[in-house]
Order: sequence, then structure tokens, then C-alpha cells
Amino acid sequence: MYDLNSVTKTYVRRGHTVTALDDTNLEIPDNDFVAIIGPSGSGKTTLLSVLGGMLAPTSGNVFIDGESLYDLSIEERTALRSTKIGFVFQSFNLIPWLTACENVQIPLMLSGQSAERQRSRALEMLDRVGLADRTDHHPSELSQGQQQRVALARTLANDPQVILADEPTGNLDSETREQVMTYLNEFHRDGRTIIMVTHDAGTAAFAKRTIRLVSGVAKSIVSPEAA
Amino acid sequence: MKLQSMIWKELWQRPTPMLTSLLAVTLGVTALVAIQNITVFSERKIAGDMESLGANVLVLPPSVTLQDYYSADMHGHTMPEEFVTRLALARMPGVENLAPKLCVEASVDTIPVTLTGILPRSEFQEKAAWQGLSMLTNAVGSDRGCCATKADVGVDDDPNSLATTRTIQELGERDLILGRDVAAQLGSGVGDTLTLFDEEFEVITVLPETGTIDDGRIFAHLHSVQDLSSAGPVVNVIEIMACCEDAAGGLITNLSAELPDTRIITIAQVVETQVAVNGLMSRLSWGFFSILLLVGGASIASVMYANVTERRKEIGTLMALGASRNFVTRMFLGKATLLGLAGGLGGFVVGSIVAAVLGPQLLGVEVQPMPMLLGVGMATATVVAVAASFLPARRAAGLDPCLVFNDA
Repeated sequence: MYDLNSVTKTYVRRGHTVTALDDTNLEIPDNDFVAIIGPSGSGKTTLLSVLGGMLAPTSGNVFIDGESLYDLSIEERTALRSTKIGFVFQSFNLIPWLTACENVQIPLMLSGQSAERQRSRALEMLDRVGLADRTDHHPSELSQGQQQRVALARTLANDPQVILADEPTGNLDSETREQVMTYLNEFHRDGRTIIMVTHDAGTAAFAKRTIRLVSGVAKSIVSPEAA
Repeated sequence: MKLQSMIWKELWQRPTPMLTSLLAVTLGVTALVAIQNITVFSERKIAGDMESLGANVLVLPPSVTLQDYYSADMHGHTMPEEFVTRLALARMPGVENLAPKLCVEASVDTIPVTLTGILPRSEFQEKAAWQGLSMLTNAVGSDRGCCATKADVGVDDDPNSLATTRTIQELGERDLILGRDVAAQLGSGVGDTLTLFDEEFEVITVLPETGTIDDGRIFAHLHSVQDLSSAGPVVNVIEIMACCEDAAGGLITNLSAELPDTRIITIAQVVETQVAVNGLMSRLSWGFFSILLLVGGASIASVMYANVTERRKEIGTLMALGASRNFVTRMFLGKATLLGLAGGLGGFVVGSIVAAVLGPQLLGVEVQPMPMLLGVGMATATVVAVAASFLPARRAAGLDPCLVFNDA
């Protein structure tokens, strides 16, 4: 799936060079479930951005299914994101003025699906996450857990091969967190690759393996108990 | 769901700033449509009035400033009636007919009216006969080089000819001709007797509506008006029906030579003055339009920039989900297009209503909507709105999608 070769990403902040990823090598096979943990500023979000095709590394190569991600044009990477990659965000990032159904329709619309196909697929996905009775609700009319489930349905809409999750349970209570992780596990069992950034050891425990990032380097790899 | 429906839904989520911008654009188009509309219909009316007028040269006392052709005889200045006789006897090429007028204020049953003294054609024929010129077909001037005008083809014994040709063949000393409006105001008709200056007059006809100031006037024999108002043998204006441009061109020089102590005004000058005023109005309307559209454009640009800042996370999310830069640009420019079209349409509707209301009140002009201005208004407003939104849209499209992540 992913193959990162000597990936380095540096930023210049107020005249100082900050290294977010430092000569990182990483291989993530198909249908892996990886938790990326590490302290704040260790480069977790940078890694996720690089994997999502949204942040070109300063040096090194990122391959996805054997294709060099950053040798693609911006438009090609956008199209690839639309079809191959799904995102789950900590604060859900639902569009507040669209209904649950319309939010799920967004990736389908962006990939050029017809309006009928968009709606039927969105309803199917919302049904899958147990929100068939909330399709016409706006995000503000839903609980935090329901909003994250709408976001999960949106992630699944285009049937992506890989799901990049940024602290997917960070804003949820323990009961809802369990529910969301159960869905992610389910998606993993469907054959998808899940790459999840988290601070929470309990959430990381759901993954098949954990990568610890320290100062931009994948220094230690531990093998937690798979959920 | 489509891009258009997304734009529409988003627009109604944040209506206040957008409506404020829309108002500025709408006002710009309103100003243009209203003023242009009134100007165009005013010009058409003037053209129509001139067409029906017949007279195309005015002889005025030298001190008169011509502000309005129709009220050129209401200035209070006079000149000797003898000038009329001189013009009649001069038999200048191009002069088809003369219409001297004297206007005085009078009242009928305490209702104030404007009484206008006019001289019938029969008076000129008498002068011509007395001067031994009756062998000529034209009693007033020479018809050499003349073409047919309303002034010379429509004159007959019908007193209603005054409405279209400015002349009348016969008019008794105690006859009255009423304009349409004043007849309605007085409730008088043909055969009625009205008292003016303690003398009784008989209404011989009510003129058809002309749409000019004549509708509000009472016409009587010039000499009766002179006697009863104690004005003496004077007139306020001599209208000259000159027959064609060639004759009228040389005529001005001849008239000035014959009557050096007068002011000779041609209709061309009157029209040019009016057209200049209309042109000024038209340019002003474009000025208002430009200023208000600039304000509207600046307002839209400001609102769009704020919108981009406000929606950073939303835009980043869309980009993370697969929205291209082109899609984001189209989202903002689509919104601007919608605002421009709505502003143009709104401005056209409001401007047309304003013109329809103010046209008759301010200028006495009936105004109809002009579809061409709809196209101009919508196109210009849309171009301004899109141009104003271009940089904010580019900024939105250039946002870093990484900002969607928690640490970003």
C-alpha cells in the first residue's frame, strides 16, 4: 500500500528550520491497521498529511500502490484522494449547513457521481452506521457520536482503500469512542487499510500495530495486542 | 447534490453580509436603469412633440432666456406686434406660416387660467391683400424651395388644426378654444359661454389632447387678449413654421437682418439643448452606476475575503475529500455570479418601477421598462461581482488542505 523511503519534511519558522519528519522509512501493507502515537510536535499530523497527498516531503519518496505520490500533479493527487483515500477528523469536519445525507454525498459529488447515485449511496452508508433515521438532520441537531458516525459514512462513501484517521475519538466519550472504533475495526475487516493518529493508548490498542514517532523519526515499533 | 445547490445553500447560511453587498450592486443598476429609462423616453417624447409641433423657429424678445420651448411665451417679456407684420410682408423664402402669441394670466369663475392670444391666418391674408400681394398662393412668405410640412398641408377651417399645425384659419374676437385639460378643469364644452376679463366668450372647440403645455391653455384672438389685458399691441413670441432645412438655414440670417432687436432660436437649438441635458443625465447615470458598482464590488470583495477566512476549515475539508482548486474557485465565482445576476435583475426591476413612478411626476413622461437595460444591468453587475471575487476565490483555492488536521 504505502512505502515511505527516507522521507524528510522540514519547515522554516521565524528563521529556524524545524524538522517534522526526519529520514523516515515506513512500509504499510494492504489491510494494515496502524496506530501512530507520539507526543505533540512529534510529526504525527505531518506524516498523515504526507500520506494523504496534501504535503510534499522536503526529500524522499512516498509510494502508494507502487506509484510515486508526489510525482503526480496536484490535480492527479486530488483525484487520487477522492477515490482511494478517506479521512476521519477529530472534530468531524462536517459542513454545518448541509444535512447528514448531503455531507455524505460530498465525496460522491466530487467524484462526479449522479445525484441519484449520490443519494442512494449516502443513505446506504448512513444506514450502515446506524443513522438511517437522521439523514435529514443538520450536524447541529446530532450528538457528537452521531456526527462522527456521519463522518465515517462520508469516509466510506467512495469506498476508499485507505482511511486516514486524525484522533478519531479525541472529542468523544468512552462509550461513543468504543462505538467508533468498532466501526473502524469493521472497515478494516472489510479489507481496508487504516492509519490512525492518536494520543490515547486505549484507542491505539484497537490497531494491529503501533508506530511511535519521536522527533519525526519512527524510532520504536511496539506490537500491542490487536483488538 | 451539485455545485449549484451547494452555492445556493451556503448563500442562505450567511445572508446578511451577502445581502448588504447585493444591495450596493442593486442600487448601482437601479440608478442606471431609472435614469436611462427616463432619459430615453424623455428624448422620444421630445422627438414626438417636435414632430407634431410644426414650428421650428422662434422669434423672442432679446432678454429672454430659453429654458423650455413650450414655456417660451410665459416669460413676461414682450415685443411689438408690428414685428409680425414686418415678417409677413418680408416674404422670406422658407417661411410657411407665422404664429404670434401673447400669454396673460386670467381667471374663469375664480379659477386661474393662462389665456393665450393667437392670430388666425385670415389676418395675414388680409394684410397681404391690403399690400397687393394676393396673387401669391402663400399669404405669408415665399414657397420657393419648400417641401410640404404639417404646417402647410393640414390647415383648413377646422379650429382643431391649432393642435397640430399651430395655426388656425378663422377665429372671432369673442371665440375661445380650450385645451383638453383646462376644458376638463372648467367643465366646459363646445357652445358654452365663459367670462374672461368681464367679457363673455363662446367656446368654439376643445382641442384634442396634445400632451403639451397647450392642453392647459385657453386660446383667444390675439387682439382681444391685447385689448382686455391692456397689454397693448405686443406679443411674447412669434413661432415660425419654416418649411425645410435649406430654407430654414438661410432664413435665420434673413430673420436676424429683418428683426435685429430679437432673439432668433431654431428648434435645432432647442433640441440640441434638450439633447445635451439628456446626454448629461445619461452620463450622470453611468457615473452613478460606476460609483455604486465600485462600492458594490469592493463590498463583495470584502465579504468574500471574510467568507474565505470564515470557511477555511470547510474548504480544507472539501479539498481533503477530493475538491480540486478549480472546484473551490468555481464555488466562489459561482456565488459571485449569482449575486451579480440577482443584483442586475433586482436593479432592473426597482429601477424600472422608480422610472415608471418618477417619469410622469418629474418630467411628464410615460415610461415603459426597457428590456435592453436588463441585459446591460445583469451583465455589468455580474462582471463586477465576479471580478471582485476573483482574488478571494484564488485565495480560497490556494488554501493548504492540511489545515483540516487537528494540529494544523
